[in-house]
Amino acid sequence: MKDPGVYFIEGNIACAEAAMKVGCRFYAGYPITPASEVMNHLSKELPKVGGRFVQMEDEIASIASVIGSSWTGLKSMTATSGPGFSLMQENLGYAVMTETPCVIVNVQRAGPSTGQATKPGTGDVMQSRFGSQGDYEMIALSPNSGQEMFDFTVRAFNLAERYRTPVVLLADAGVGQMREKVKIPEDVPVKERKRPSSNETEFFDTDEEDHVPPMPDFGEGHELLVTGSTHLGDGTRDTASFSAQDNLVRRLVAKIDGNRKDIEDWEEKNVDGADLVVVSYGSMSRPARGAVKKAREKGLEVGFFRPKVMWPSPEKRLREIGEDSKVLLAELSLRGYRIEVERCVDSDKFYVYDRLNSLPTIDEVYQKIEEVLS
Amino acid sequence: MITAEEIREKYVRNHPSPFCPGCGGGMVLNAMSRAVESAGIDKKDVVAVSGIGCAAWIPSPHWRVDTLHTTHGRAVAFASGVKIADRDLEVMVVSGDGDCAGIGGNHLLHGARNNIDLNVIMVNNGLYAMTGGQVAPTTEHDEKTLTTPYGNPASSFEVAEVVKAAGASHVARWTTYHMKELVKEVEKAVDTKGFSFIEVLAQCPTRKGKKEGMTGIEMLEWYKENTSKDQDSEKMYVGTFCDVERPELTEEIYRQIERLGGE
Repeated sequence: MKDPGVYFIEGNIACAEAAMKVGCRFYAGYPITPASEVMNHLSKELPKVGGRFVQMEDEIASIASVIGSSWTGLKSMTATSGPGFSLMQENLGYAVMTETPCVIVNVQRAGPSTGQATKPGTGDVMQSRFGSQGDYEMIALSPNSGQEMFDFTVRAFNLAERYRTPVVLLADAGVGQMREKVKIPEDVPVKERKRPSSNETEFFDTDEEDHVPPMPDFGEGHELLVTGSTHLGDGTRDTASFSAQDNLVRRLVAKIDGNRKDIEDWEEKNVDGADLVVVSYGSMSRPARGAVKKAREKGLEVGFFRPKVMWPSPEKRLREIGEDSKVLLAELSLRGYRIEVERCVDSDKFYVYDRLNSLPTIDEVYQKIEEVLS
Repeated sequence: MITAEEIREKYVRNHPSPFCPGCGGGMVLNAMSRAVESAGIDKKDVVAVSGIGCAAWIPSPHWRVDTLHTTHGRAVAFASGVKIADRDLEVMVVSGDGDCAGIGGNHLLHGARNNIDLNVIMVNNGLYAMTGGQVAPTTEHDEKTLTTPYGNPASSFEVAEVVKAAGASHVARWTTYHMKELVKEVEKAVDTKGFSFIEVLAQCPTRKGKKEGMTGIEMLEWYKENTSKDQDSEKMYVGTFCDVERPELTEEIYRQIERLGGE
């Protein structure tokens, strides 16, 4: 683990360093471009801080062992890219259903299928929200720099522990493999999961306003029933009753949806009164921000909006923006975040700059801004 | 000596059983409970991991220990995470033949190769019982099932031999007819530092018995008549396949951590 200081490192390395700093002590993974650097680095560094590192036989086993580890009380994580993220979907839903805190890093590449493994893309945005079966809500963060690879990894762990849920760090090859300045601070904020008091027996339901039940560890004598089947507050499987399904699934959704205010995060600049607001995220938001700056220098009333938390989406704020301004979504995919932004904005005000394979220049995005405003 | 009532009280939850009359699942639960008791393990330290299917319901919700009832085929992978994270836990895996050798076959192979200190009980009824009796990787060639109405065009494989070849420390096979031997074998599994795999042929009177015109009792008798403890016999061998010492994954990981000054 690196000492506090300023480093010139890849985003994936920043992510691995942040994980150790915030207390991750279990990593399981499988090699995949462009995410492997997270695993390579942790294989060397994690044992030095007492953490367990294991390379599994595939991505299904990786997330499975991460979930198993989390129930012993260790903060646990895996990292992958599109093909591996697809394989993880069933167990991601299992982590939601069993309320198991863990962090899944997806350093997105250009898809579909094998696509272009070394090229960035953001085609997994909807998958990160809807990829597993059934009704649920997901938390996904989108970093746009090496520094945010560090900071958002810390936050991903804290949100996972706070809300007892899996959290996706939705990076892309652009931020994962780019080297830039990253400051590793002396201390980072650390949240721990809610633990039960000695006489508690309900670990899968709660009357608390935050909808988060306390979580014990294996080996404490609770005789836990942890199951992906619909269950009652004490963990007992109930695969038939209306009330069990209704109570559990509504609470799991409310746990995220009802705590939006605490979870949501975005960056905005010159949005109010703008003729056009450019919405962008991930590595694409770098040239997009540059294009907005250039437009303003030329006297155009253009604002900038960047969701840092993709899910739950900043739906309300997007609607407010769409009331007054045209919206240009700039993204590294054709269908990444488009449906989500489009549904919040009137269709005659909605424009898209979509790009595949690689980042555009500032001028390329700027030309689109000019086109929309002309 | 602990009585049957005391075993039931200590190890079995007071919960309605979903099992059919005559099912072998309860006998496996009995054997595991007695083995943990006689091995002198504190049941607070036992974690039972299972996947999907009838066999997965043996520990969850019946067994009065920490249970992790996971996704189809992945029990060995989940269990590996539990064991690597906390080596003081005694991790049991209960998995049906479809769960363990079909959809979960790759995890089984690699669990054995890693020789990770898990105790895997594969409850083999020869078909997918919960979903109606479809053909499984353990169904005999030419056998008729729900999805092989003209006979199984494929062949079964010897899962115990495969797991042995993959590198497990301890491999054995018994049936629900051989309860005393089974209890001893599970106890040995618990004592083994490494991957233990016990195949247990267990009767399914509902899906298999009805098809063959046999009751649960008759199926137990069939196990008695058609198995042998003699490896040279023409009958199906029951007993130990291997019992060897090999490097164990969790110990090796912890040794590296200690060498690097991690703990």
